[in-house]
Amino acid sequence: MGKVFGAVAGVGAVGALYAMKKSWDPLPSVKAAGFTTIDLSAAEPNKLMVEKWRGKPIFVLKKTPEMVAKQSAEQTARDIVVNGDSFLICIGLCTHLGCIPAYREAKLDFKCACHGGEFDSSGIETKAPPPSPMEIPPFNVKGNTVVLGEEGEAYRKMKEAGVLA
Amino acid sequence: MAHFTKATSVHDWLNQRLAIDTLQRVLSKEYWIPKNINFLWAMGMVLAFTFGILLVSGIFLLMYYQPNVDTAFDSVNYTIMREVDFGWLWRHVHAVAASVVFLIIYIHMLTGIYYGSYKKGREMIWISGMLLFVAFSAEAFSGYMLPWGQMSYWAGMVITNLFSLGSLEFNGLVEWIRGDYVPGQAFLDRFFMLHVLLIPLAILGVIGLHFGALRIPHVNNQDGEEFDFDEEAAKYKAGNKKESKVIAFANDFLSKDMFVVSIYLIFFFYLVFWHFGFAMDPINFDPADGLKTPPHIYPEWYFLWSYEILRPFPKDPGLVAFGFAQVIFFLLPWFDRSPNAVPASRRGLFFFWFWAMVVDLIILTAMGKLPPVGVYSLIGEVAAYGFIALWVILPFITRNEKRV
Ligand code: FES
Repeated sequence: MGKVFGAVAGVGAVGALYAMKKSWDPLPSVKAAGFTTIDLSAAEPNKLMVEKWRGKPIFVLKKTPEMVAKQSAEQTARDIVVNGDSFLICIGLCTHLGCIPAYREAKLDFKCACHGGEFDSSGIETKAPPPSPMEIPPFNVKGNTVVLGEEGEAYRKMKEAGVLA
Repeated sequence: MAHFTKATSVHDWLNQRLAIDTLQRVLSKEYWIPKNINFLWAMGMVLAFTFGILLVSGIFLLMYYQPNVDTAFDSVNYTIMREVDFGWLWRHVHAVAASVVFLIIYIHMLTGIYYGSYKKGREMIWISGMLLFVAFSAEAFSGYMLPWGQMSYWAGMVITNLFSLGSLEFNGLVEWIRGDYVPGQAFLDRFFMLHVLLIPLAILGVIGLHFGALRIPHVNNQDGEEFDFDEEAAKYKAGNKKESKVIAFANDFLSKDMFVVSIYLIFFFYLVFWHFGFAMDPINFDPADGLKTPPHIYPEWYFLWSYEILRPFPKDPGLVAFGFAQVIFFLLPWFDRSPNAVPASRRGLFFFWFWAMVVDLIILTAMGKLPPVGVYSLIGEVAAYGFIALWVILPFITRNEKRV
């Protein structure tokens, strides 16, 4: 008797827990709204553009030729090239605890006021506490636009090169 | 079935069916309290009262609050504050009580530590009390989300991000908790549910456990004196009230409790009517904006000390230190190796440990509020190391304590 009850209760508990876990998952409508197209023709050099994707801010920074010339290989590897121009496109959330860093045009870097983290103009962390560079979202370059949420050719190459970490 | 007789009064009718006489005896008339305790022991009653105030004011807010990302902010700041008659009162009462409840909890905890009330059979009182602290923290955090202002949003962002557990990158877990990639509608709805139903239920349950845990070991006293409650109670019942070391909870001790509660309530309503602003963050009067972080993010004052322990370190060690700060108090009964359950003032080194801990917590709290720059981050870092160091040395300084 006890064993039968135990078995029934066990199956029931597992089922209930599974249902609870799934109910708490993001809704399909939330997941489906995961694509955004950004037009890059309006971007001006060294002016930060902020777009929105999946509710998160997206940083779009068109680099000036001088900036590109001075970059290290590590920085260049993170550039997204559209029509010959180099862009930083990343999720504008500090990798420490998710605050939005501010762009300082004069210093060519990002400062996160929350806990004092800093990133360079390629989104690479230069001062702790953030442990890693700002994340590059899945993207696909189409003419003068990028579609976020879609994994294009260039994104896959970055991934293979280990740039996305 | 029990034998029922024709009732002689309403009291008798109820007594036959609900045993109210027995209940009253067990719960109040013969619930024994040591005579030798000071007003600090009334904090439990003050807390129970404050919890009641939170419940009642919360129910009134609940009638007009709307858990929707588009309307939540206005339902609080416009509807409740301006349209509802006395809506402002419920909001201020709720906000002030939510803040003051932590002040009283901290006093309650520190009293317990000072007088050694977590030892010798009283471990469960301490543990259930710490569980209550955790539950109240979760309750405060989930409630802080509901007005959906800037601080609500970004506190939600930062705190839920902690669950990615640093370099382990459990982003799926973070998204699961939020029900979205960022705090949004799903997040607001589930935190609303947690705040008004699930966590309060848990709190009620743990309060029951906390009271139950007191029943066998009984409440400690100011001298840490051990005596036989049954013997003392017998003296009391025999009419030897002067010699007995205990008194009945009701109405003897209750009158003292209620005296402290009434003083407290004067202070409480003074805050509600004249200084409610301290319980509200100005940044939270801007509606939530996912594309703009406020320049300086900090939690409410009662979380500042643990926030400051997280802040000065790099991400992973910071998380470990933060986790340490959350759980370490649970282990106090085992870290303190001394057999003495007497006031800290009679325990030698422990006395200094206690006050060093208090000072350290105050420094951490102050630094947590200030921006993390220059000398402030340095002081914060030293205090964070100090906190950890104090816990590491505790077993050593208490091991050789003389028995008093
Ligand atoms: S969130 Fe950016 S430094 Fe902490």
